[in-house]
Amino acid sequence: MRNSDEPLSPERQGLRDQLAEGYQMIGKSPIKVDAMAKVTGQTMFADDLSMPRMLHCKILRSHVAYARILSIDTSAAEALPGVIAVLTGAAMPIPFGILPVSQDEHALCLDRVRFVGDPVVAVAAVDEETAFEAIQRIHVEYEKLEPVFDPTTAIENKQEPLHDYGDDGNVHKRVSMEFGEVEEAFAAADLVLEDTMFFEGNTHLPMEQHASLAWREADGRLTIQSSTQTPHYLHKAMSKVLEMPPSRVRVIACPNGGGFGGKSDPFNHEIVVAKLALMTNRPVKIALTREEVFYCHRGRHPVLMHVKTGFRKDGSMTGMHFQSLLDGGGYGSYGVASTYYTGALQTVTYKVPAYRFDGVRCFTNKPPCGPKRGHGTPQPRFALEVQLDKAAVALGLDPADLRLRTLHPAGGITANWLQVGSMGLGPCIEKVVEASGWKDKWGKLPAGKGVGLACSSYISGAGLPIYWNAMPHSGVTVQLDRGGGVAVFCGETDIGQGSDTVLAMVVAEVLGVDLADIRLTVADTHTTPVDLGSYSSRVTVMMGHAAFQAAERAREVVARSVAKRLEVPAVRLRFAENRVFDVQDPENGMPFPKAVQVAEAEHGTIAMAGSYTPPASPGKYRGAGVGPSPAYSYSAAVVQVDVDLETGVVAVEKIWVAHDVGQSINEMLVIGQVEGGVYMGLGEALMEEMSYRSNRFGVHKIPSMLEYKSPTTHEMPPVETFLIESPDPNGPFGAKEVGQGPLLPMMPAVANAVFDAVGVRVDEVPVTPDKVLKAMQAKDKRYGPKSFPDLRITETMRVKTLEQGGDGTAPRPPRAEKQEVKSS
Amino acid sequence: MKPATEPDSPARSKVQMILRVNGESHDVAFVPHKTLLEVLREDMRLTGTKHGCELGECGTCTILVDGVPRLSCLMLGLESDGHDIRTIEGMAGACGAHPLQTAFAELGAAQCGYCTPGFLLAAEAVLARDPTPSRATLVEELGGNLCRCTGYLKIYEAIELAAARMQKGTPDA
Ligand code: FES
Ligand code: FES
Repeated sequence: MRNSDEPLSPERQGLRDQLAEGYQMIGKSPIKVDAMAKVTGQTMFADDLSMPRMLHCKILRSHVAYARILSIDTSAAEALPGVIAVLTGAAMPIPFGILPVSQDEHALCLDRVRFVGDPVVAVAAVDEETAFEAIQRIHVEYEKLEPVFDPTTAIENKQEPLHDYGDDGNVHKRVSMEFGEVEEAFAAADLVLEDTMFFEGNTHLPMEQHASLAWREADGRLTIQSSTQTPHYLHKAMSKVLEMPPSRVRVIACPNGGGFGGKSDPFNHEIVVAKLALMTNRPVKIALTREEVFYCHRGRHPVLMHVKTGFRKDGSMTGMHFQSLLDGGGYGSYGVASTYYTGALQTVTYKVPAYRFDGVRCFTNKPPCGPKRGHGTPQPRFALEVQLDKAAVALGLDPADLRLRTLHPAGGITANWLQVGSMGLGPCIEKVVEASGWKDKWGKLPAGKGVGLACSSYISGAGLPIYWNAMPHSGVTVQLDRGGGVAVFCGETDIGQGSDTVLAMVVAEVLGVDLADIRLTVADTHTTPVDLGSYSSRVTVMMGHAAFQAAERAREVVARSVAKRLEVPAVRLRFAENRVFDVQDPENGMPFPKAVQVAEAEHGTIAMAGSYTPPASPGKYRGAGVGPSPAYSYSAAVVQVDVDLETGVVAVEKIWVAHDVGQSINEMLVIGQVEGGVYMGLGEALMEEMSYRSNRFGVHKIPSMLEYKSPTTHEMPPVETFLIESPDPNGPFGAKEVGQGPLLPMMPAVANAVFDAVGVRVDEVPVTPDKVLKAMQAKDKRYGPKSFPDLRITETMRVKTLEQGGDGTAPRPPRAEKQEVKSS
Repeated sequence: MKPATEPDSPARSKVQMILRVNGESHDVAFVPHKTLLEVLREDMRLTGTKHGCELGECGTCTILVDGVPRLSCLMLGLESDGHDIRTIEGMAGACGAHPLQTAFAELGAAQCGYCTPGFLLAAEAVLARDPTPSRATLVEELGGNLCRCTGYLKIYEAIELAAARMQKGTPDA
């Protein structure tokens, strides 16, 4: 465990000895602390809340993709009985956004609307129906502007730019960096492959639609309960826009009915209900419709990619040049970070000695894209893993062998200066190859049947916070009751992944108490220490460390007093089964509540805090803030498909997946995350896509659950899951992430399996039947994008790799950029 | 913003009806065009029944009407007249959770838990008809319920575990 800053007292040494003797809780599968509430319908999600005198809010959204707002007439709405307040953007002129470099949203649009669905006017009324009637009586006069719907057009800058910031015109972000000498690497290669691929955008589709309830407390403070994954960032945004000190704004995140990244931005509707609550002095609630959730989006960016890679005969890479063009939608959201992420993690799975990345994100008049499970990395992972499959075929190698030969070494530093810790990809590949019977299947199944392999890696939390600060990323307080209860406070938010349970289990492990004796207070900016939020797969590692440290400090105080009372050296004390006792004479001990009383009598009230800040990354160049993580998880998967030769329909018959999680905290939850990730990846691979009618002004084609195809029970195949535990020195108990990584191999594994089955390449996600058929009919047996536009890179930052004797900095910095990016 | 004096509320006449929910009769007044989902959640405060679309597309709002799974977002409250409604709130008895609920908790079949009430009631109806359902039956019967968290696998396992326990008459051992 990390705590190297503090000397190891005998009490702490005792804990380490105890953990070395075996875990009581870690790695087991107790039921989730909130499971019974969930199966009995008692969990209160945001829309389940109501208050006396509560008003209902509805938002009028733009029906045009791009326009100037000329006037807004709300008089007819105001005249409607039951309407209490009508709100326009003029009342909230301060912009906000998740990233400090993209403060480009307004709670209600001020002068322009940028996509169909942009919020314009809000109404608070005595019931939802009245609010709905009211917004229909509002007249907004628009002057239409010429919209742009795709980034290849947007990059040419022929339209009026959506925003007055960014790199130029509609180019929100342009980045170019080279690590080592890529052209030399290509010259030294035996085989150079160039591929252009496309990954269509898709959305989170959490079963719960976003909802929020805000009210003014009697003392003037503002409280909001909301379905958010990031209460801390919402707190900051609300305080900024509403011009209230953070100390007087309280954000409580409700348990999320699924998030997957879709509830990670501070949202306009959250700020709107807060403002309406302040205006009316009544509680105000909003519950978005499913259609509105589609327009809120912040989902997967559509990305057009070009990847050029040099290979030696043995399959190892000499270098890679990766280019990505992201379709950002109408606002910044996490987009700058997403752009960097499309170029960050190509290097952590296989050895890439020289690497260049060029990325551009454009604004377009569509719902904003942002972070969805895997944030910015599934798209490049698809391109890379499909290209590796092509390379294996070209070189006459087995794709599994090719990968095994080129693995990035554990503990090494990548070309782009990412510090790899534990690395279990090799065992992951071996496991799925063996379990699936890969060697007997690949290239050997009858026509129409095939297997595909792909791998991935993901961060266990971003190394840097979203806004620059030197404070911890997670904090936990542990307070011991005389009755033996343990109160634990943390800002973390359970979105279904089970973070509440992880928090309780870590504390229970250290203190040797029952989960039932632990009570949690979480996700409340008034009562809990900050945890940055449920994004970037950060919670288990960061909160886990903070919880361990807080519990360890509480244990130390108790152990000191108990050692005195029992007259045994503190190092010999063990905390287990709700007792504290001498390991050499287990009869000599006392119940945990008694131990707390002894300690409280000596030291006073026992409440200890712990916190966690990730280690510094070796990369120091501009843009090095995206990619570093305390630890990287690894996954490998084999997918077996049956392709209908007449219809092109791809049926997935079975999936084998192995995930290197470092160490499971709760094994059942880890497997649940793997299965859930596999499911979601399969949806992306086969059917999920956000598509718009560009000829009909950017209206979403399919904003409903019926038309947005996602896998039902019928499409979900059996999955065999294997966990590889290669404990990471930076993880609590060695744990790494599992929430996002296992999704990533699905899309390339499906595409590779389709090739094995029918010999065609679909270089595009989703792999739909029409594309398979078209590829089968095509001369080149391929379906996918044919060209990649000029990204208009004028300057490339050059960074020497470790092998070249570099130090992680860029010696010749390019032209000064406006602001540094440090975010996840 | 309007002056502090509040205007008249819209006049919405309500109907009054006896709803039979979870074995109890409730005298409820509600606006007649409300769906049963809305009546349960808003007028009876039974918020255990969730919604994902309110268009009949996701199964989240599944309840049992005379033992048959129905989408409460597609039924009017008025249509429940004379029928026996069962919601998630009625699933656990005084002596504890239903075996399905226990199994869902034990096997991690409820991640975010938002789809869970709908799945539990749908599963209860399946087991009432077929106490030992095959996987194929579960795939078929639960095809109208979407879950975005679990990939359905743990849900199948939980229903099978509960079914086995109910067969043996050992609810949660
Ligand atoms: S809410 Fe009824 S089916 Fe979706
Ligand atoms: S458990 Fe989250 S939607 Fe099913």
